[in-house]
Amino acid sequence: MQKEKGALGWALIGIAALFLLVMLVLPLVLVASEALAKGWQTYLRAITEPFAVKALYLTLEATVLAVISNTVFGLASAFLLTKFSFRGKSLIGSMIDLPFAISPVVAGLFFIMLFGRMSPLYPFLRAEHITIVFAVPGIILATVFVTFPFITRELVPVMEAQGRDEEEAAATFGASGWQIFRYVTLPNIKWALVYGVILCTARAMGEFGAVSVVSGHVRGKTNTLPLHIEILYNEYNFTAAFAVASILVILAVLILVLRNLAEGRAKRGESHDG
Amino acid sequence: MMKMTKHVIPGFHFTLGITFFYLSLILLLPLAAFLLYSSGMGMAKFLDVVCDARVFHAYEVSFGTSLAAAIINAVFGLLLAWVLVRYEFPGKRIFDGLIDLPFALPTAVAGIALTTLYAENGWLGRFFYAAGVSSAFSVVGITIALVFVGIPFVARSVQPVLKDLDPSLEEAAVMFGATPWQTFRRVVFPELLSPLLSGAALAFARGIGEYGSVVFIAGNLPYETEIAPLLIMAKLEQFDYQAAAAIAIVMMALSFLILLALNSYQRYRVRRQGV
Repeated sequence: MQKEKGALGWALIGIAALFLLVMLVLPLVLVASEALAKGWQTYLRAITEPFAVKALYLTLEATVLAVISNTVFGLASAFLLTKFSFRGKSLIGSMIDLPFAISPVVAGLFFIMLFGRMSPLYPFLRAEHITIVFAVPGIILATVFVTFPFITRELVPVMEAQGRDEEEAAATFGASGWQIFRYVTLPNIKWALVYGVILCTARAMGEFGAVSVVSGHVRGKTNTLPLHIEILYNEYNFTAAFAVASILVILAVLILVLRNLAEGRAKRGESHDG
Repeated sequence: MMKMTKHVIPGFHFTLGITFFYLSLILLLPLAAFLLYSSGMGMAKFLDVVCDARVFHAYEVSFGTSLAAAIINAVFGLLLAWVLVRYEFPGKRIFDGLIDLPFALPTAVAGIALTTLYAENGWLGRFFYAAGVSSAFSVVGITIALVFVGIPFVARSVQPVLKDLDPSLEEAAVMFGATPWQTFRRVVFPELLSPLLSGAALAFARGIGEYGSVVFIAGNLPYETEIAPLLIMAKLEQFDYQAAAAIAIVMMALSFLILLALNSYQRYRVRRQGV
């Protein structure tokens, strides 16, 4: 393959680098610059302010819960889709892909229709004093909805490529389902799982549209970090908005670094097996 | 009904149970509630909402800007994939990792950062405004935000295909005297067309539904820079749930059509190549 570049090669690299610099790096630099525009004192005050801290906690809560339940689902559904043949398999596969075709705002709307005032469930929920939409459970459900395909999607191709031979051999020797999963399947998909969890985390902590619909925007109660940023920004409190945004930028960069490490490991793992 | 077959590996019913329960709770039940509510709306109300001039304009803005962004991303995504696969240069790993930033960065953060960058006195906006282009609070701004969000889709779908391309085809073309451009145009590009289109279609579908990165830079003027997801928000704030549902149905139908078209195109390609 053409390893020596020549003028055209350098020109293409230059254009691509310039594109990434302007489109991706510049926004990050801007966040840092705006966040620190009024000095460290203001920055620290903005990110330690009670509403910001509460929003951070809610974001972490929703993210952790969504990632844990989606990991269980991701493992179970990927095992189901790759280790067994049964009718209706492709239907389940397409259902798992569905959230990618649905706008997050519409996803939020689904939950309003299910648990809100117009729902057939509403009289019951009200009698039992259960509030789901415009409250924390709604935020968690919306986050789960938007992020549940990620882990399955990462696992299925890897498990498909690995085939069923090892699991079938273990089963013939009398291993239980859990033993097979724990000692045969899991070691093979370890890094793909890490990779999927990272992607899911990234999306969960940043979800905006779906959460915005179901949150009800109650300050200090149902505000996640992205929603808190929106409020600050719309109040023209730009420095505080960018200060809070910088927390999410740091998390995003961290996620990218972890992702690259996991991807590197996953690739090396594959070449060992092959 | 599912046929009962004997599975060698244990755990079929267990994993099927979890998967089915989870999908029912998270996906099917909310979807059913939505469809149930929408079906009570009646055709007259549905058409009334969907054919409203303001709604129609929002579709147009969403559609047009998503299409423009998908085309820009197709060009630059191809370039990014090409540079990453074909050349070695310092900083390549960072370059490669950076492409996924739009997946990792919360859209609201991207939204406020882009708005500040492209505003009239912003770092980049001042050049646009000096040239007479309003880069913020306009369709240009919406397109910029959607380009940002869509960068990884095309690059990541073209990259693996380009990597696996058989080099002997190109060598043969060069040997028969083809210029580099001819080789690219006639030998390489046809192979990349399928992942290029599927990446662009995914970016397009994402663009139509995108909310967080767009609301800040859009300006949200009815009939001018209002996008469909924002209009759903506006209807919700007025407690007009039926109108919100009607707009959502049209958006969902559009996204499904795009993905369906993509799927049938891929199937057609596979059949034609006889793979």
